[in-house]
Amino acid sequence: MTATASAAQDTATRIYHHETEHTHPEGSSTLLGFWIYLMSDCLIFAVLFATYGVLGGNYAAGPAPKDLFELPLVALNTSMLLLSSITYGFAVIAMQNRNRKSTQTWLLITALFGLAFISIELFEFSELIHEGATPQRSAFLSSFFTLVGTHGLHVTFGIVWIFTLVTQIAKHGLVEANRRRLMCLSMFWHFLDVVWIGVFTFVYLMGMLR
Amino acid sequence: MSAEEHVMDAPRDSHGDSHGDPHGDHHDTAPAHATLGGYMKGFILSVILTAIPFYLVMTGTLDNHTTVGIVMAMAVVQIVVHMIYFLHMDARSEGGWNLLSLIFTIIVVAITLAGSLWVMYHLNVNMMPQHDMSQLP
Repeated sequence: MTATASAAQDTATRIYHHETEHTHPEGSSTLLGFWIYLMSDCLIFAVLFATYGVLGGNYAAGPAPKDLFELPLVALNTSMLLLSSITYGFAVIAMQNRNRKSTQTWLLITALFGLAFISIELFEFSELIHEGATPQRSAFLSSFFTLVGTHGLHVTFGIVWIFTLVTQIAKHGLVEANRRRLMCLSMFWHFLDVVWIGVFTFVYLMGMLR
Repeated sequence: MSAEEHVMDAPRDSHGDSHGDPHGDHHDTAPAHATLGGYMKGFILSVILTAIPFYLVMTGTLDNHTTVGIVMAMAVVQIVVHMIYFLHMDARSEGGWNLLSLIFTIIVVAITLAGSLWVMYHLNVNMMPQHDMSQLP
């Protein structure tokens, strides 16, 4: 009887974690977690690139890249995304300097470049569809629209996120949570630029050389 | 009594010193090395690495094989530039986990791309019916 009582008391005082274990502050692992999300996103794009690589030559007697792509337009599009990358960098630096107005301004300029990119891409898509080069036309066009469209969709959601973040900063200022979100979006935005390097190299430039 | 052993295994003084301190500095969300100079360097390099492939393909100054090689090489270099200057990758960020997950992803991506292209190319070569018109009646 006494033995069990002391045993019960023993369990009550027993500690099941390291006493010295420090508590992690809120959001301390968010950036790593977001990076791992980006890596999984990278796999989506890898599969789409592989699909394009396999199907990209199957024109089904339809138009080939050389007949469709306009490199000056793609170059313009690429410069839009590249400019948006550097303006996002300026937003991060403004955030580090705790300059709220400047951070918001650079974020909005980034969003404008992003919108320009999306507009040019939608214009290109509409031109293609107008010419009869629809996703249904050939396996090449199906995989082309899937790959480039998925990237465009990511950019669209990035723009939505920018506007959300600008609103959050306007409401709460450059608090710790908003700084963390801004760094996550920074990774997302620059990651999309990295994916675009793959797109303009493998789809557009290689397509013209094929 | 594994719990007791666990508690005894962790002497509080030495453990606290070895585990608590190195983590203390890394809770800052903004990477300390995001500088204007770094971004500008990355941007200028990216512009150059984008302009050259576009110029080569649009003007067609070199023959096809050389152009393909240069365009591919420029893309790889530009991706690395973006990783370093824009995504602030280095071996130390997040205690090395960023780099480790990146290396793992690159391996999986390489297997996916190379594997798909290799298998499907050989499938095409081996399974495609021969369109030999001379054999037709």
